[in-house]
Amino acid sequence: MKVSKITSLGLFVALAMILSFIEHQIPPLVSVPGIKLGLPNVAIVFVLYGIGEKEAVAVSLVRLLLVSMLFGSMMSLMYGAAGAVLSLTVMILLKKSGKFSYVTVSVTGGVCHNIGQIAVACFVTKTSELLYYLPVLLISGTVAGVLIGLLAGIVIKRMEKQKKQ
Amino acid sequence: MKRRDILLIGGILLVALVLFLFLQLGKQPGAEVIIRVDGQEQGRYSLSADGSYSLNSGTNLLRIENGKAYMEEANCPDHYCMRQGQISRTGETITCLPNKLTVTVSGGENFAEIVG
Ligand SMILES: [Zn+2]
Repeated sequence: MKVSKITSLGLFVALAMILSFIEHQIPPLVSVPGIKLGLPNVAIVFVLYGIGEKEAVAVSLVRLLLVSMLFGSMMSLMYGAAGAVLSLTVMILLKKSGKFSYVTVSVTGGVCHNIGQIAVACFVTKTSELLYYLPVLLISGTVAGVLIGLLAGIVIKRMEKQKKQ
Repeated sequence: MKRRDILLIGGILLVALVLFLFLQLGKQPGAEVIIRVDGQEQGRYSLSADGSYSLNSGTNLLRIENGKAYMEEANCPDHYCMRQGQISRTGETITCLPNKLTVTVSGGENFAEIVG
């Protein structure tokens, strides 16, 4: 691994952590503790498109561990892990298919992030009524995904320009 | 953005909308709340009588007032359950994840079960 690559991955981990921190300050969107908007997904989408798949997985894992160590709990680690694994898997599959734009990839990533979290919440409390939150989570995941995808698009274009120079 | 993208995103939103309508139409004013800890029913309290109830050997304090239930006190570190507001319609749930406790509004259709 080249030093420049390590440096940029470090920067993205830092970015993902800042976004996690910001997200931590926002009151929960719906009344399920631990369910988040998925802002750190911005950094993951950047890495996925700007650098590569393996790197996106690495940044996601490092962020997850650091964040739950710094301001989380075992519970938030479980939530985050379920959301991250599902979201990464689907995003990588969709990206590899080459049939969808990064906005769509980001949207499905956001939505899967929320589905993973609610699934864990249902499992932990053994209460299926938590599915009531699913529509809200699907819509918020889509909106967040579109915004994140558009933002990532701007940054990815800039990154490509810089690479050429 | 291609046609495919719009179809997929539109599909997700459509599923959300249908699910939302389906769940909302099923909601009715509730009759009681069911307390569950780790999925096991611990008790039921009527929404028609005001009162404060200590749940799960005192980890959470539930308040019922004017037909609505809310979490008044909790010993969990995050206190998210106390921020979840008031519930009164069937299916609405307050979750205290650290204590694995849920409070769900029910229509009281199981009344016959208890009596019979
Ligand atoms: Zn609580």
